Amino acid sequence: MAKLVVDGIEVEVAADMTLLQACEEAGAEIPRFCYHDRLSIAGNCRMCLVEVKGAPKPVASCAQSVRDLRPGPNGEPPEVLTKSGLVKKAREGVMEFLLINHPLDCPICDQGGECDLQDQAMAYGVDASRFAENKRAVEDKYIGPLVKTIMTRCIHCTRCVRFVTEVGGVSDLGATGRGEDMEITTYLESAMRSEMQGNVIDLCPVGALTSRPYAFSARPWELTKTESIDVMDALGSNIRVDARGREVMRIMPRVNDAVNEEWISDKTRFIWDGLKTQRLDKPYVRLGGRLQPADWPMAFATIARQMASVDPKRIGAIAGDLAACEEMFALKDLMTRLGSPNIDCRQDGAPFNPTYGRASYLFNAGIAGLEDADAILLVGAYPRWDATVLNARIRKLWLATGLPIGLIGADNPDLTYDYAYLGAGAETLGELAESRGAFARTLKRAKRPAIIIGPAACARPDGAGVLALAARLAEGCGAVNDDWNGFSVLHTAASRVGGLDLGLVPGRGGLDAAAMVKPGALDVLFLLGADEIAPEGLEETFIVYIGTHGDRGAHAADVILPGATYTEKPGTYVNTEGRVQIASRASFPPGDAREDWAILRALSADLDQQLPYDSPLALRAAMLAAHPHLGDSDVTPVEDASGVATLAKRRMKPKAAAFARDAGSYYLGNPICRASKVMGELAAMSADGAEATGTDG
Amino acid sequence: MAVRRLHPEQPESFAFSAQNLAWAKREMKKYPKGRQASAVIPLLWKAQEQYDNWLPEPAIRAVADLLDMPYIRVLEVATFYTMFQLAPVGRKAHVQVCGTTPCMLRGAEDIKQVCRRRIAQTAHEVSADGDFSWEEVECLGACVNAPMVQVFSDTYEDLTADSFEALLDAFARGERPVPGPQIARTHAAPAGGQTSLTDVPTATKPGKSRAGTRKTPSKASSKA
Repeated sequence: MAKLVVDGIEVEVAADMTLLQACEEAGAEIPRFCYHDRLSIAGNCRMCLVEVKGAPKPVASCAQSVRDLRPGPNGEPPEVLTKSGLVKKAREGVMEFLLINHPLDCPICDQGGECDLQDQAMAYGVDASRFAENKRAVEDKYIGPLVKTIMTRCIHCTRCVRFVTEVGGVSDLGATGRGEDMEITTYLESAMRSEMQGNVIDLCPVGALTSRPYAFSARPWELTKTESIDVMDALGSNIRVDARGREVMRIMPRVNDAVNEEWISDKTRFIWDGLKTQRLDKPYVRLGGRLQPADWPMAFATIARQMASVDPKRIGAIAGDLAACEEMFALKDLMTRLGSPNIDCRQDGAPFNPTYGRASYLFNAGIAGLEDADAILLVGAYPRWDATVLNARIRKLWLATGLPIGLIGADNPDLTYDYAYLGAGAETLGELAESRGAFARTLKRAKRPAIIIGPAACARPDGAGVLALAARLAEGCGAVNDDWNGFSVLHTAASRVGGLDLGLVPGRGGLDAAAMVKPGALDVLFLLGADEIAPEGLEETFIVYIGTHGDRGAHAADVILPGATYTEKPGTYVNTEGRVQIASRASFPPGDAREDWAILRALSADLDQQLPYDSPLALRAAMLAAHPHLGDSDVTPVEDASGVATLAKRRMKPKAAAFARDAGSYYLGNPICRASKVMGELAAMSADGAEATGTDG
Repeated sequence: MAVRRLHPEQPESFAFSAQNLAWAKREMKKYPKGRQASAVIPLLWKAQEQYDNWLPEPAIRAVADLLDMPYIRVLEVATFYTMFQLAPVGRKAHVQVCGTTPCMLRGAEDIKQVCRRRIAQTAHEVSADGDFSWEEVECLGACVNAPMVQVFSDTYEDLTADSFEALLDAFARGERPVPGPQIARTHAAPAGGQTSLTDVPTATKPGKSRAGTRKTPSKASSKA
């Protein structure tokens, strides 16, 4: 610890802090452009100049460490001034230089209203320019379909370059030339290849990098900002949904160090155009083989007529990947009242069983907790695509500690960190579980090894065997002990953990998702936004689709009940580590569409099985009464590890097939993605990129 | 300095010659394991020497592949340093005229005039016959022999417009003129013979020196 005096206030800070951090600790506000907490220090904008007593000239506080300050002549703590005349004059000088080549195009700039340069110019700018010469102009660069560039506005802070290199893990951006001619670009203007490149838009302190899909569509001050939770993967990234009226205009990250730090993936950020297209805005009923627009009473009456004489055992329900806990709870409640055991939330057939305990299907190491791991084994998990933001955390950990990482999977793509490719499938996993091979020794040696099991390993017919084998390995290598549980299941569906918590798995004698969509298995099938399962050849089955988009499920449906997307309803989501998070409603569903729980409640009355809650609050109260843990929002759960032991006891032999990922589905993995033009473009680009191997660097 | 860009017309490919590749491998070994990227400047320089004294885009990729660096990192280096020529230069001579103060005071402007007249109106433009090109550069460290030019790896010093023209003529004939001062002196020895230290030094009284009278340096100079 070191003492220093900032503007007369004495503070004691860690000696390895920067002066800028120390000043903030003392409550002083330091303007900055290039400095960013989560990136390396560049020290090139010079906006954070402060005066250090005894130093001959102002000091860039972001690049000076507290340790390097000298005490006063009599040993008194070093003194820093952040509001002195010298500081003000120095910063005004820096600002004047920055503005020399910055265009005066704020009125047509998308950053206007949320621009660091604009804001700081209010404090340190002068009203007129002394620069009579020509301003520099820079050609705009193509750096991908997501990020639009207006390079004349660039002030060369290099935050984008540092982000893409350090956090994104792909060295695609760089600064060519030098001095006044320095330009930010990719190599020969190729598109960036990071799955989280959209974050450079937030990082850019000026309007040089802006969102291409959002260009010229709204001003920040006319947007209603709503705190929400992302459903594009099972991480539950904290987001802010910016809406104008009923329309979602953009999605931004919120800071939550325990989940997404302050990053979100491109899928999360640019999904919003999918919320507007292909929407189901009124009920439909299939009449004479064609789906006809209908109204709610007619749709409900059609369902009630169909259900009147059906054996409850021949009714089933499948919950989709984007469902919130509320509607899954209502669906489960309704099915129980109808007397049907056929319910499932695992469209992909993953073998998780809530009766073994939460630890058997959670990411037990924790998202932030993963940073304590000292070895990682990825079993059919490709975090770069399965949980993009988590991948950045693994990369951060790898950069900081260089921990050993192993992968078992069908292929070995670039995950932005080095790893040992161990093998393709269950055979390799079995060898590790029997402590054979070099990586088994690595896991044994590690104090807190994490075994991350991904969808490529679980979502297959023999997934239960793989899961049991992984659990045996975790038990065997010491990944599960009193203060560390490294058995971590990485889900990709936002609804999965919530669904398992609520018990949306087949009851006694019930059918699972795959069995339900077999022809002739059921008479009535409810699909709650379930589009990833193929209900084909089910002409005999009466399908009720409750969902948002005219996608696979809706095409097969006999009755369509239009629901709300995740931005259009308040909802509870449980992420892959079991963290309960609550999203608020940002806008309203279009047309006649309603919130999904309300649809189920209204339908239940027509089926004479009325659900006992008439408001979201009553529903929530009922849900919490049945599942109290859903009330503990935003806390990292600590689960009893016995679930892993239960899994490990199961003896099932998995097949030898490789843990193959579905690389093509990353940008097209749910109905909102498939409705999004931007996601379609990204999917086409990544498919092209996969073909063009060998030419890129 | 203008914005430095890659030349619009680029060759299909670039490969180090066997000899240069062996040299490059040796160069990379000078650095610790995993730090081979430190060899980027020597390798780019070698590539430039090999490829008619300019650096085509495939060479940047070749160097990046050799050093296991992202392409953009090598491009950053290549565009940063003006010693890397990103566009074709004269076959026989690329004249780098020093235009920094001492050379400028001693007549660098006349040299540039000759360049404009005999080679091309603007810098970096290759002459009509493709043999010559020129550019103005910053100090090349031969101020005592100002004005001077550098042609590839040789410097030609103590130039006048006439002697520079003669130099160009020699290059045009395909000769390689003798580098160094183009007047009668050795290296940076006094032009026109020695004027001091001509006799054997003997002990003399210290002369009246102003610097000697100042006992303590002033505050201003100590700060500087």
